[in-house]
Amino acid sequence: MAYSVKVLDHYENPRNVGSFTKEEEGVATGMVGAPACGDVMKLQIKVGKDGIIEDARFKTYGCGSAIASSSLVTEWVKGKSLDEALAIKNTQIAEELALPPVKIHCSILAEDAIKAAVADYRKKQAE
Amino acid sequence: MAAGSASQSGAAAAGSSASAGFGSERFALDHFALFDLPQDFRVDSNALDARYRALQVEMHPDRFATAADAERRRALQWATHINEAYQTLKKPLSRARYLLGLLGGECDFARDTSLPMDFLVAQMELRETVADAASAGRSEELDSLRDDLVRQRRAHYEELAGILALAANEQAQRTSALARAADALRRLMFEEKLMADIDDALAALDELN
Repeated sequence: MAYSVKVLDHYENPRNVGSFTKEEEGVATGMVGAPACGDVMKLQIKVGKDGIIEDARFKTYGCGSAIASSSLVTEWVKGKSLDEALAIKNTQIAEELALPPVKIHCSILAEDAIKAAVADYRKKQAE
Repeated sequence: MAAGSASQSGAAAAGSSASAGFGSERFALDHFALFDLPQDFRVDSNALDARYRALQVEMHPDRFATAADAERRRALQWATHINEAYQTLKKPLSRARYLLGLLGGECDFARDTSLPMDFLVAQMELRETVADAASAGRSEELDSLRDDLVRQRRAHYEELAGILALAANEQAQRTSALARAADALRRLMFEEKLMADIDDALAALDELN
């Protein structure tokens, strides 16, 4: 399958790859998996005291589209509030990367990773 | 073969038996029935292969080379259908998925991204281990990971076979068994992907040596 230029760009030069240490202040982790293709995605956000996402990291084992989707959302969530980050929809990711229908689940995975990371942050704050 | 020539002469319409020709009633058979197998995850692969060969011979498009266009198209469709059914039943993962659907189980493998955290963490760590071993060229470590995974996978398919049999035979437990089967299947999908990763890494290292 031919990847779009944007997918290839993120795949070849992924942004924000890696991990924060879990102990770091304001760090939360979203972990999701797509059974259909066996992809695993970890998205970490670092939230400042003002509730704004300062930084993000990802690690994804999956196809080019899954890597590109997670790379893209690490760029998109930076500078956003948690609610703004939650408003990111998989359709926007798919559109930005011009994902074909068979790769839509990669964008769903990335959207769910944001939700999981925000949920983890809120759970930690409540503790 | 009598069945083939009967349908060639156009008798595939009303009245043809389910075991001959490629009338619509035969298209409607589930894959297990098509291959004369019980609706069970545990299949006799020799019987499956033998039946596949018989169906291929009976319905090979070459036999319809001189038939009318419509007949030939149907023969081709039928041959494709047999191939797809065979591929589905041949591989344990697709067989389990298909059987789950036949039994009325539901599971959206594309949308269902929430798996237990400990499972996902373990999967991520395994992928990292495989990637590290691959980039460092440690094929012995990959071999040993593969051996472990083969054992685990076998045990998990056994477990799944039991759950699917329960779903098929125990009406009262069907709903809960189908949910458990879907969960077991989801986990196996990750194991199959991990296995493919290990095999790719080993093949790549093999080429280097």
